Amino acid sequence: MSAPRGKTQLGTSALALRVLGVVAVAGVVATVWLGLFVTPPDEFMGNLVRLLYVHPPMAWVAFLAFGVASLSSVLYLWPRTRAEHFDRLAGASAEVGLVFTGLTLVSGSIWGRPTWGAWWVWDPLLTTTALLFVLYLGYVALRRVPGEFHVRARRSAIAALIAFVDVPVVYFSVEWWRSLHQAPTVLNPTTHKTYVHGSMAWTLLLGFVSFTLVYIWLVAHRYRLAEMQDREDDEGLEVALAERRAEASV
Amino acid sequence: MLRDAALVAGKDLRIELRSRVGLNQVGPFAIAVLLLFGLALGPDRAVLAPASAGLFWVAVLLSTLLAVQRSYAIESADAARDGLRLSGLDPAGIFLGKAGAVAAQLLVLEVALTIGVALLYGAHLSGAVVLVAACVTGTVGLAAVGTLYGVVASGLRTRETLLPLLFLPVVAPVLLGATKAWNEALAGTPGRAGTWLDVLVVFAVLYIAIGTVAFGPLLEDG
Repeated sequence: MSAPRGKTQLGTSALALRVLGVVAVAGVVATVWLGLFVTPPDEFMGNLVRLLYVHPPMAWVAFLAFGVASLSSVLYLWPRTRAEHFDRLAGASAEVGLVFTGLTLVSGSIWGRPTWGAWWVWDPLLTTTALLFVLYLGYVALRRVPGEFHVRARRSAIAALIAFVDVPVVYFSVEWWRSLHQAPTVLNPTTHKTYVHGSMAWTLLLGFVSFTLVYIWLVAHRYRLAEMQDREDDEGLEVALAERRAEASV
Repeated sequence: MLRDAALVAGKDLRIELRSRVGLNQVGPFAIAVLLLFGLALGPDRAVLAPASAGLFWVAVLLSTLLAVQRSYAIESADAARDGLRLSGLDPAGIFLGKAGAVAAQLLVLEVALTIGVALLYGAHLSGAVVLVAACVTGTVGLAAVGTLYGVVASGLRTRETLLPLLFLPVVAPVLLGATKAWNEALAGTPGRAGTWLDVLVVFAVLYIAIGTVAFGPLLEDG
């Protein structure tokens, strides 16, 4: 006996999602190929510039993911828009965001070692990103605590907002903390972007697009998984009971 | 709301006065932390004195965790939490009361810790106004976030491990702002602490506002 069918949902086997996945992976492969083999080395940074085709897109996806998680948390808390899918979207997006924040920190660190001479510098942006990483680790840990759906969803949504409100306070305080100390004489990757052109600009743009597609693809899968987990929680026991009863009656 | 807050704070502080858990456990814990920092950094006062502001605030942060856990432990016995819910008190008042009680206990602890850093690390106490202002604003912020996350975690089986993970990253601005304000005061330039006191005030106001709104639903869910 199969599980009772719920309302129609977007399955992971849906054609659109498969196409999206293929395009996203192809985009990343193309970015890597262009970044490593086609684009020229930078005049100042040499081959190090190749990391910049993936690092800013990763950071962008990380911030996009946390933005989506915060927005869906607000929509869940707002009584008029409260719906289960906003909670699942918040959870899925935050988890994917964590992965990309981790990748951002690692790729930034690899770039920083030869550029700044250290794996880590206490730059405002880096410090904020690292704190953001731990903040959302806590959020995801809280989400994993079992409980009734709406209780868990409301508590997670409030925790997401507590974390989200903290981000600007952290950023500005860390910035003052550094600027009162010393002006960090570091090469800012964001200002550097103004100098990229030609094949480099296209590669960077492709990086942004394909990493965003990867984000959507991963969130869709994670969302679907969360939906199935919730259904398993709701119906798992009933289905198992029905199956056992059916066996007994044979 | 404020009357309810005073009632809850009075209740928490009365329990504290009678049980003396803070005095017998949280206080000694904080002193032990100060001693351990001393051991970690070595006996050199040239190293310890400049670090004393940071060490002081890390000790306060760790003690806040214990104070918050204690604040909810007293609600867990004998279904006191259900009693609190049935009491008809304004949830915002309960939040302010519990946060106020935690803040009051922490402020007493901070007096002891201040004497501790002066004696053990040789910190030269100056700029008293800034020191006190940073303590009050910083502690209110810590107590607000702690009480808010405390109620989130209090009903959960993994509360002891979850609370620090939720609490510590969020209060990073308090650690930063309070340490910087203290550093300026101890260095004899309290006039430069203004920005940092602003950070502490903004943080405290922000989380008191969130707490008064969000505490009710969180208390109901637990």
